[in-house]
Amino acid sequence: MEEGSFGLGVIDESRSAETVLSDSVVITQLDKIVAWGRKYSFFLYPFVTACCGMEFMSVAGPRYDIDRFGAALPRFSPRQADLLMVVGTISHKQAPILVKVYNQMTEPKWVFAFGSCVVSGGMYNNYATVQGIDSLIPVDVYVPGCPPRPEIVLDGLIKLQEKVETNPNTMMVKGIATVGEADDRKIT
Amino acid sequence: MEKQTIGKSLDSAAGMNNQKNIENNKNNSSVVINRVTDKFSDSKLIIYAHSLLGDDTIVVQPAEIINVMQFLRYDKLLTFDMMIDLTVVDYLGNQQIHPYLSDLRARFEVVYHLYSIDKNHRLRVKAPLMEENAFINSITGIWGGANWFEREAWDLYGIVFQGHPNLRRILLYEEFEGHPLRKEYSKTKRQPLIGPRN
Repeated sequence: MEEGSFGLGVIDESRSAETVLSDSVVITQLDKIVAWGRKYSFFLYPFVTACCGMEFMSVAGPRYDIDRFGAALPRFSPRQADLLMVVGTISHKQAPILVKVYNQMTEPKWVFAFGSCVVSGGMYNNYATVQGIDSLIPVDVYVPGCPPRPEIVLDGLIKLQEKVETNPNTMMVKGIATVGEADDRKIT
Repeated sequence: MEKQTIGKSLDSAAGMNNQKNIENNKNNSSVVINRVTDKFSDSKLIIYAHSLLGDDTIVVQPAEIINVMQFLRYDKLLTFDMMIDLTVVDYLGNQQIHPYLSDLRARFEVVYHLYSIDKNHRLRVKAPLMEENAFINSITGIWGGANWFEREAWDLYGIVFQGHPNLRRILLYEEFEGHPLRKEYSKTKRQPLIGPRN
């Protein structure tokens, strides 16, 4: 083989990739470029159950426009989504449905708790209401408010973007939510 | 609807003497109340009637609810063609609010709100029920719209509507035990399908 061809012989500094391609390319790590892409292309699944849905429509509409953050394309199949937006009160009757939807989403996936009811049960502390969905599935961002203003939703979305970009844990596989039959565990 | 005065208190009109109650309230009654009380004047069917604040109300014997409702629905002068609402009140420990409840040893009261689109008048019909006999005939044969209301009343209060075509829970899940809006249901009792009992 001819001397000086790629992969053999003496390394010629003037012919290294950085030198040859100069400003035409940016050298990075695969994890970083993938996280950067994910951060600006959330495919969200709107799990809308209650009045917070009106505020979600507001933040998704042209005035506040989550498309500016690359999160405007709702997918109505959990198989195609990577951001589960839980918007509105979750009742005990709906809890198994929520967990099923979460488990059907492909990795990597994130959960956005939209509104006080989703975060903690809100003003409903009664026989019907789940006291915060983090007792069922892992939650990445908590956005309180009854309903939350669009500004705080956008703030939560930006925080989630930061988390996706910087937190290596978000690159890890979360697995299925291991919620079984009703038990007597207390949330403290 | 004629103008009403708030002359008579509930206490003065209540008691076991039904005929007397109806007579006492005639001065304070409307066209609708007069029509109903005249129709059933020779029976003990109407326990109590008033028109306080312009809200026509009759309290009827629960066993006769179908007779009363049939008359209210199909009478030419009343034609209550729309059932607005059906709900239940649990008076556990508060029966003294309405003396007729104490007299009947009733705990629940099924409350119907009726409206006539044709005549533009309204009527509230109440049927007191004892705890051990918490059942009443279904009115789905008269107003089909009562179907889901009666299922809700069964779901949350445990009132049995006899003759209902499909009397099962409508809001809660089948696994739920008890009826959560009854006063004896503990406000801290939880029975989730999955997850912690928080």
